Amino acid sequence: MSILVGNDTKLMVQGFTGQEGLFHSNKMIGYGTKIVAGVTPGKGGQTHLNIPVFNTVAEAKKATDANTSIIFVPPAFAADAILEAVAAELELVICITEGIPTKDMVTVNQFLKNKNTRLIGPNCPGVISPGKAKVGIMPGFIHKPGSIGIISRSGTLTYEAVNQISMNGMGQSTSIGIGGDPINGTNFIDALSLFAKDDETDGIVLIGEIGGTAEEDAVKWIIDNNFTKPIVAFIAGRTAPPGRRMGHAGAIIAGGKGTAQDKMDALKSANILVVENPAEIGIKMKSLIKLRKDDK
Amino acid sequence: MKIHEYQGKAILREYGVAVPDGIPAFSVNEAVNIYDKLNSKTVVVKAQIHAGGRGKGGGVKLAHSRMEVQMLASKILGMNLITHQTGPEGKEVQRLLIEQGVEIDRELYAGIVLDRERRQYAFMVSTEGGMEIEKVAAETPNKIIKEWIDPSVGLQTYQLRNLAFGLGLKGKQVKNGIKILNALWKVFIDKDCSLIEINPLVVTKDDNVIALDAKINFDDNGLFRHSELAELRDISEEDPSEVEAGKYNLNYIKLDGNVGCMVNGAGLAMATMDIIKLFGGEPANFLDVGGVANSETVANGFKIILSDPNVKSILINIFGGIVRCDRVAQGVIDAMETVAVKVPVIIGLEGTNAKEAAELLNNSTLQFLVAESFEDAAEKSVKAAQEVK
Repeated sequence: MSILVGNDTKLMVQGFTGQEGLFHSNKMIGYGTKIVAGVTPGKGGQTHLNIPVFNTVAEAKKATDANTSIIFVPPAFAADAILEAVAAELELVICITEGIPTKDMVTVNQFLKNKNTRLIGPNCPGVISPGKAKVGIMPGFIHKPGSIGIISRSGTLTYEAVNQISMNGMGQSTSIGIGGDPINGTNFIDALSLFAKDDETDGIVLIGEIGGTAEEDAVKWIIDNNFTKPIVAFIAGRTAPPGRRMGHAGAIIAGGKGTAQDKMDALKSANILVVENPAEIGIKMKSLIKLRKDDK
Repeated sequence: MKIHEYQGKAILREYGVAVPDGIPAFSVNEAVNIYDKLNSKTVVVKAQIHAGGRGKGGGVKLAHSRMEVQMLASKILGMNLITHQTGPEGKEVQRLLIEQGVEIDRELYAGIVLDRERRQYAFMVSTEGGMEIEKVAAETPNKIIKEWIDPSVGLQTYQLRNLAFGLGLKGKQVKNGIKILNALWKVFIDKDCSLIEINPLVVTKDDNVIALDAKINFDDNGLFRHSELAELRDISEEDPSEVEAGKYNLNYIKLDGNVGCMVNGAGLAMATMDIIKLFGGEPANFLDVGGVANSETVANGFKIILSDPNVKSILINIFGGIVRCDRVAQGVIDAMETVAVKVPVIIGLEGTNAKEAAELLNNSTLQFLVAESFEDAAEKSVKAAQEVK
């Protein structure tokens, strides 16, 4: 199995006819993802890449039974696009857009409460279940079907981790980029709880970075819920100076909080294997999985 | 984006927040003229830089006469002000705020920030004004009163009362306090702020509540909605190479080390800095060339890294996804032909078209080291930096 996206994914693309939307839709189709609809207000009735375009998410859902949406809408309109997808009760919404104002995401977060839609992102590379579906902008070819679940706040660093897993003879059940913004739809805990229930995920790679307390919260959840699958963690930003935003809006050490050391200490306190060297993610995961097999 | 105190106070004034009368001065002459205009014997001469702790650093002084204003203004203007937020190199003072003196009864604190855990904005007040709020939060957290704002209904009056009474305001002060706190929230939301801090918020001897300081930061992602804020940006407060990088949409932060790095993606860029440190080196910068790096962005990134005289080696670490490695390689080759590169360059390319990129690099006449892996890249660039005299 895999989580979030897979063979059942019927995808619609919001911001479909834009340059980014078309480029990545083409790549996703090439990977085998079932894209059933595009949404661009004002372009309903057109066809691109042999896919029908609709004016609204509700229309697109009604006509095609899409269950998932990916958003490539520019930052000024992206929050509205998320709200539209949530209102149309899609199961999963993945927002790639970078640069959405925080104020907009505070509103989106409130709107999401008590709704049945899961939001991934924004400012993320998306989600891929290798061999089944790619709903995002990641390079498909570095992934291999397998049993390691990956959860990451980063984009290209996730690719690095994926590559190391693949190179070490393993593969990924699902790789999730949860995004680099201060407010995101799905956090480490949400992703971990999904992986906990997935029989085909045997190990987890968790990639955090400075800023916020998402990693510390995850540690608390791991302890409280007796999560036993082996985890290899890396926290980016040990060398980052405080008070400076390191590219991602969420990656900032403010008021002495959110340092890499705090996060690494928290993870270690739960007996999680924390690598200081990001080049060791793959090899350490391999040895943990081997240990686990030897035990059995 | 950060702005100066006097600019923040001008915004607050528009929203009906009580602030002392004051006018910015860019020269000693202006400062003295402002003293003549302000109907106040005592004034405060305040250095305007984008950093806190100005008082402790000697950038905020009381003046009781025209002469004293002249003396203090000539002393503070042009001085290199060092505070706990400027770093040891300090910051040159280029602007002053000349402001009417206020008879202070009590110093309080008010601030609005995003609470990332709750995913809501938090309004914080404290009776411990004039101190570093981080210190108050760490040592006496019970002295900070918080109200979280539900975005579906906004800040409510009962919350304002909780804050005002929590600050120990009495009689007329309560109404004045509620008015000012409500106005702060309105500024925060209207202008897409990421931080408002009034420290101190003061109660005067005649029961007024006044913002004696104003620190306002804006959410960079919200700036597109506020063309009126663009003119408030003071580029002289920013690092020149960071400003230059911003022109090309490159995300660059200058650091103190000697290994320059150029990476695509913020997370990988941080991880690259970390691994350099792990192998005994010090990164000279953070540079994320973004998700759409092409030969032009790479060339510009190169120039910015090279403008830092501390750089002794350069590591280019690209994980191609949407970014094609061969295009990056071409960019490196083009850049090295146009810019004189006198330090060793180490290149690590993985992902999309990495093979084609390796061929391009091998067939070029330029000198660089090819990294076999992430680790190898770090090791080689640190070693190269150490070997350069």
